[in-house]
Amino acid sequence: MRLTREEVRHIARLARLKLSADEENLYAGQLSAILEYAQRLAEVDTSGIAPTASVLPLTAPLRKDEAHQPLKTQELLSNAAQTEADQFRVPPVLNNLTGEDRNGKQE
Amino acid sequence: MTALHDLSLLEAAGALQQGEVCARDLTEACLERIDTQDHAVHAFLEVTADLALSQAEASDRRRAGRTPADPPLPLLDGIPIAVKDVLAVKDIPATCGSRILEGFRPPYHATSVRRLLESGTVLLGKTNTDEFAMGSSTENSAYGVTHNPWDLSRVPGGSSGGSAAAAASGMSFAALGTDTGGSIRQPAAFCGVTGLKTTYGRVSRYGLIAYGSSLDTVGAIGRSAADLTAIFTTMAGHDPLDSTCLPDSVPDIDLASTASLEGLRIGVPEEYFIDGMQPDVEKAVRAAVDQMTAMGASAVPISLPHTDLALPVYYLIAPAEASANLARYDGIRFGPRKESEDLMEQYLETRGALFGSEVKRRIMLGTYALSAGYYDAYYGQAQKVRTLIKADFDAAFEEVDVIACPVAPTTAFEIGAHSDDPLDMYLQDVFTLPANLAGVPGISFPVGFDRQGLPIGMQLNAPFLGEEQLLQAAHAYQLATDWHKEKPLL
Repeated sequence: MRLTREEVRHIARLARLKLSADEENLYAGQLSAILEYAQRLAEVDTSGIAPTASVLPLTAPLRKDEAHQPLKTQELLSNAAQTEADQFRVPPVLNNLTGEDRNGKQE
Repeated sequence: MTALHDLSLLEAAGALQQGEVCARDLTEACLERIDTQDHAVHAFLEVTADLALSQAEASDRRRAGRTPADPPLPLLDGIPIAVKDVLAVKDIPATCGSRILEGFRPPYHATSVRRLLESGTVLLGKTNTDEFAMGSSTENSAYGVTHNPWDLSRVPGGSSGGSAAAAASGMSFAALGTDTGGSIRQPAAFCGVTGLKTTYGRVSRYGLIAYGSSLDTVGAIGRSAADLTAIFTTMAGHDPLDSTCLPDSVPDIDLASTASLEGLRIGVPEEYFIDGMQPDVEKAVRAAVDQMTAMGASAVPISLPHTDLALPVYYLIAPAEASANLARYDGIRFGPRKESEDLMEQYLETRGALFGSEVKRRIMLGTYALSAGYYDAYYGQAQKVRTLIKADFDAAFEEVDVIACPVAPTTAFEIGAHSDDPLDMYLQDVFTLPANLAGVPGISFPVGFDRQGLPIGMQLNAPFLGEEQLLQAAHAYQLATDWHKEKPLL
């Protein structure tokens, strides 16, 4: 089990992490060693064994549908890097489809 | 006379009730201790001195305003404690030891914190942690390492290293911690204090910033089992804000009648005494079991045959859960961000620049274990082996009441000793991971010192909801021994 730098780059992209070339090399080695260690699980016979996702029986408890005071909008926005009109401000999500002037929308 | 900061939590509570001290005295003593010692230890990321003093004065007013007809104040009223910086305290910065949460001020309290504050507890501040609780040494904090009060060149353990160091050095009467793979028990052992890991679901996780959601538990670190009892019973119990919080009622725990261990069956698992563990650790743990048998308990050799698989299982399941939980750090709703005109680029830059290396390693490991083509072989297989590990505990608890074992293979190691090799660091968790995978509670308490004068801890595990048994057994041991009363010379 040896991860290539290409594979590390792919995983990092899936995880939304930009890595330097040094980090790609470092993680290729370290993640390979950890996965190699984890290989011992493959030798365990688990036929007929159910997986444990939680040690508790997973249920969806219900509560009474009662109105209560939620957190205030301003409290929830207070930690955001950018806000506008009581909303979180982000770069265009569909910017390649809009045809609008991206710089203009950023201002 | 004992300095105020050296009192046990229960002694401090007794002194408050007798009117011998006021909450402001206790709080000032802790703040003074932080002021003189924390430059060397670095247990705290944030000291909330003004808040603590105002809470202490409010407690003193409550006490002064009581009439004999009023119900007694809660035992914790006026007691200063600290909180690990992964638990939300409204309006107080919560960093999780990460740059990605720099400046974040939670808009609400964690349920565990809220219940303590409602009982009159005084908040001294937030304690250092490995970034997002990922680590065994507190070296992974973005805000600097915490030093072990017994030897400043050594780690305090982790990830609740700040909480353990604060309790051990007299800066706080106790401190909240969290335990996902040993993060309360191991630092408690390394710092010579007592740490309680609760049953999964026993204490609400609402307001605990998530790492591994099927493993995360909230507990506490203090100077004795007796000191932890009131904190546990105050925090635990059903919370409608956490759907995994257990509905079971929490007992009033009576420690008065527990001087004897008559009838207690202690399982000693052969798999926990491995080649390569420090001989002083094995010796002290076996001596502690002997002490408990001399007090009426019986020691029963048992086997937990899948113990050696807990490490690979944990290091697939916890990172998989972390990779999902930490997807929320995108620079949009909280935390700083690296501005870009392109949303994808902004995610990549923000997360790449502001997460530390251990967090990135675990996010990638988890992403890989969950990815198409590898899910069954890694994550799926790990979940099945987790079932076998849990079954080991279920079978053992048919025969015994508690399981006694070491907390870690060694005493506190030197800062930097394992930081170049992640797998080497993960091996430090080998004795604490199984309890998290099985969901059972555990307590770690001091049972001696190695030849270098570093504290050694022993762990007891109990069946689901067995905190009372753990606290009683550890308390009985602490009535008969003085290891927990030893203090580091700072």
